[in-house]
Amino acid sequence: MTATDTHRAIDAVWRIESARIIAGLTRIVRDVGLAEELAQDALVAALQQWPESGVPDNPGAWLMATAKHRAIDHFRRNKRLERKHQEFGRELQTQQEMAVPDFDAALDDDIGDDLLRLVFISCHPVLSTEARVALTLRLLGGLTTEEIARAFLAPEPTIAQRIVRAKRTLAEERVPFEVPRGAELAARLSSVLEVIYLVFNEGYSATAGDDWMRPALCEDALRLGRILAELAPKEPEVHGLVALMEIQASRSRARVSSSGEPILLLDQNRAHWDQLLIRRGFAALERAERLGGMRGPYALQAAIAACHARALTPEETDWARIVALYEALAQLAPSPVVELNRAVAVAMAFGPAAGLELVDGLTAEPSLRGYHLLPSVRGDLLKKLGRFDEARAEFERAAALTRNARERELLLDRARACAGSSTPPAEPR
Amino acid sequence: MRFMMLVKHAENLSGPPPKELMDAMAKLSEEAVKAGTLVDSGGLAPTAMSTRVRLSRGQVAAIDGPFTEAKEVVGGYAVFELKSKAEAIEGALRFMELHKKHWPGWEGETEIRQVFGPEDFPPKA
Repeated sequence: MTATDTHRAIDAVWRIESARIIAGLTRIVRDVGLAEELAQDALVAALQQWPESGVPDNPGAWLMATAKHRAIDHFRRNKRLERKHQEFGRELQTQQEMAVPDFDAALDDDIGDDLLRLVFISCHPVLSTEARVALTLRLLGGLTTEEIARAFLAPEPTIAQRIVRAKRTLAEERVPFEVPRGAELAARLSSVLEVIYLVFNEGYSATAGDDWMRPALCEDALRLGRILAELAPKEPEVHGLVALMEIQASRSRARVSSSGEPILLLDQNRAHWDQLLIRRGFAALERAERLGGMRGPYALQAAIAACHARALTPEETDWARIVALYEALAQLAPSPVVELNRAVAVAMAFGPAAGLELVDGLTAEPSLRGYHLLPSVRGDLLKKLGRFDEARAEFERAAALTRNARERELLLDRARACAGSSTPPAEPR
Repeated sequence: MRFMMLVKHAENLSGPPPKELMDAMAKLSEEAVKAGTLVDSGGLAPTAMSTRVRLSRGQVAAIDGPFTEAKEVVGGYAVFELKSKAEAIEGALRFMELHKKHWPGWEGETEIRQVFGPEDFPPKA
């Protein structure tokens, strides 16, 4: 193996093992910041030693053992932590006595719990949403600060600062390293799901910049969701979120043209939808349903996405069912954005006039004032009703509101198309 | 990035894989499922049950197995979603190490092939 090969191997091992190592260390040292530093120290040691000695047979165990030794050194240097040191020394000794060859098995019992604790601490409500996202990608996704910065189009020092501050906050607030129980669990879990879905959406419909999609972020979010589904298999909403992301991700290839323009759902070539992800999405949705999850917002959204995935052609879409699902969603989690989506479904199921009536009821909604999809949807319905001048004005308004360059082009195209239509054509419903 | 791993080996084996190997492979794939990386996998039926449909010299013909002339055949596959090819190599190394440990004398290979995804079709702009 050349030195480059070894470095590549170390990168890969780090990506595979880092979350488990940081989680295991956090349980011992009770400080996620310190745990990450120790894990990083072990990584540096690997970078120094492995090119000489070769990659060890069990690289994960090597990194963990090295990090634990660093932890002992750290505690030795800090006399005031003498008591903790003793506890920790005993734990290490016990583990060493348990036959080194199967180090992994010795850790296995706890590692799932530790990872889950790490998920909850990274998404803790004492942190800002931005900090939760950065910390989750860093600690659980194994992303470097540079990768996170690139994904969010932010300067690297900004992300680095955000992570440092988040770790400090967790230490200062003495946030316990635990899985919340009882009533707290639901609220904390929804914070975790929110962070994962935010990462996914940032990748799926990039809110800023020239790219319509950043697929790597979608994959990171999917991976996190799948990990969480294994860690918390009895939580229906976790499976609901995974189903939603799998099905949405299945359309990645179909939703951008070869020249980079976004293609709307009903115009996509369904042959380009990824059937493997669709199948996985259906399976996850079934798990959510079996657990009684059809009252959860993510499972409901996944069920809507599944309606599209099931339809081989746009004409086969079960719009009436989609309307019903949006109604359920609106009752559960009322929001103007859900109302807008419901209006679109109503227009498809019962005609553009019925949809427009609902959309018109939303135009005064303050929270939708800067939301480009409102004029975009309204423009679409007006166009279907043959009211081209009004439609054009709406598309232009939408174009002025979006921050995504590709989407702006698409909207301006649609505005131009309206300007070209003077007589109302017989639009198929 | 999506990768397909194709496991190839001689078809005429002396017998089924040792139980230790099966257990170890089950544990490895369970770990990969828990890590959110293994998205699909399967074992393939022997070539005695397979057919090749081949176009050669302007003729399309269906040829039934077994294909005894083939030194190694694909026996199974797995599809992973990973951050890098290095991660795929690391996974394949671990998989082959299990064979080395639990099935002395076995020879074969895991071929790592990237499956193109949306990121591989950048807009022509």
